[in-house]
Amino acid sequence: MKEILKLLEQNSRYTAAEIAAMLGMEEKAVEAAIAKYEQDKVILGYQALVDWDRAGEEFVTALIEVKVTPQLGDGFDRIAERIYQYEEVESVYLMSGAFDLTVIISGRTLKEVAQFVASKLSTIEGVTGTATHFILKKYKEKHCLFEKREEQTERMLFV
Amino acid sequence: MDYNSIMSSKIQGIAPSGIRKFFDILNEMEDAISLGVGEPDFITPWHIRNAGIYSLEKGHTKYTSNAGMLTLRKEISAYLKRRFNLEYDPMGQILVTVGGSEAIDITIRVLVNPGDEVIIPVPSFVCYGPLVTMAGGTPVYIQTKRENEFRLTPDELRDAITPRTKLLVLPYPCNPTGGIMERRDLEALVPVLEGTNIMILSDEIYAELTYGVKHTSPANIEALHERTIVVNGFSKCYAMTGWRLGYVCGPKPVIAQLTKLHQFAIMCAPTMSQYAAIEALKEGDGDIEMMNKEYNRRRKYLVAELRKMGLDCFEPRGAFYVFPSIKSTGLSSDEFCERLLLSEKVAVIPGNAFGQGGEGFVRMCYAASFENLREALKRIDRFIKSL
Repeated sequence: MKEILKLLEQNSRYTAAEIAAMLGMEEKAVEAAIAKYEQDKVILGYQALVDWDRAGEEFVTALIEVKVTPQLGDGFDRIAERIYQYEEVESVYLMSGAFDLTVIISGRTLKEVAQFVASKLSTIEGVTGTATHFILKKYKEKHCLFEKREEQTERMLFV
Repeated sequence: MDYNSIMSSKIQGIAPSGIRKFFDILNEMEDAISLGVGEPDFITPWHIRNAGIYSLEKGHTKYTSNAGMLTLRKEISAYLKRRFNLEYDPMGQILVTVGGSEAIDITIRVLVNPGDEVIIPVPSFVCYGPLVTMAGGTPVYIQTKRENEFRLTPDELRDAITPRTKLLVLPYPCNPTGGIMERRDLEALVPVLEGTNIMILSDEIYAELTYGVKHTSPANIEALHERTIVVNGFSKCYAMTGWRLGYVCGPKPVIAQLTKLHQFAIMCAPTMSQYAAIEALKEGDGDIEMMNKEYNRRRKYLVAELRKMGLDCFEPRGAFYVFPSIKSTGLSSDEFCERLLLSEKVAVIPGNAFGQGGEGFVRMCYAASFENLREALKRIDRFIKSL
């Protein structure tokens, strides 16, 4: 059954009928399995991977290293929660190593992002330090390349 | 100068591939989808490409030994044992060639004397017949049947054998039909071949691409082992078509003559490719499994969809082609392909391009992205409904 998840992770627009054909299952069974995954929150959502540069839209994304003082009882969870509530925050991960949380946020401008860090993120109680890294260029995300390789034109075609 | 009067009459007597014009049209078209090319859509896995690059950085730019690097031959030997339970000695039983194609060519040239007959089951890959002709032999075609899932049957073989028969080509898993020969099918040929000196050229380039059943080589059958020459390569299983690397294994006296011919014709296979191939054999089993799994999904999808359209589609068990019958449309293979290309911009190959018995079928390659397959099927469906 994990095969369904793997396929959907590759391409969430596969229809139940297509998945059924590829895996040699009944369409109804695939539909039921997907519904169950959604209900159990195994599948959290379906989103498109957008190349905003190509869409002609300005966007800045920053990866912020955050150091925090863990709180009694809640550890890091409470602070993470206070961070991820913000709309601007795309992702929050607890990390091993030199800092504690990775926060990924997107904004329209550099200033917007900087302002979020200064006024919202670093003022949260328990946050002891941040380091903001702006993403300059995206090459690959979720196995998708941002620039397609050029296709060969003339080829030996009969094999 | 009248060049035609100068050049070999043998090569001039061989008909050019009839489907060239299709590709000329296809190349001019925008938004065309080709299910015509028999080549993996995957790019060679990065670790294998990287090994090729690294060999260049290290300056490995010279000839290797004629038979190919010993390390590579040892890895091929280990691979064949591991994956197919075949035993070949890296010293004298394995020759590294420029693709499976060279291996097929030199094997035919080494075995065939003028006047010898070579049995070739069709529909199959197009190179065998012309190469036999160039070697001075006579191709004898056996038309395999849809109802036998395009296997070669003992009766068909028996009927084709004459005192002049030298060689039997076994092109399984088969391009274009997707047919395979299982152990029992091969064993059934044993009584027919016993007591003859007929050799077998087993073209196993698609050996890693079987679905639901492991590939069996005629060399796995004890009674056939000594008469079998196994041809294989890196193109299909590791998506390495452009690297041009293959190999041939067999009895030492045959490999010795093959090596001699290879040495005069080719010298050695490309060095960079050999380094990449070593990496592929050492670390690439996972790549094979991944690609096999992906092809299998597309295969099932394509067969299911084509059947929904009402086409009679034999379930291919190997390679990466489906070979549906288009007889129900009332069109010939050529008409079907030409009209599909012109009206819906989808390229598939007429079955008759692969020899007798291919008429009434078309070959579609599913080594294409799922999005392309989906769109192609939509167009094919629309085309069939428009007839």
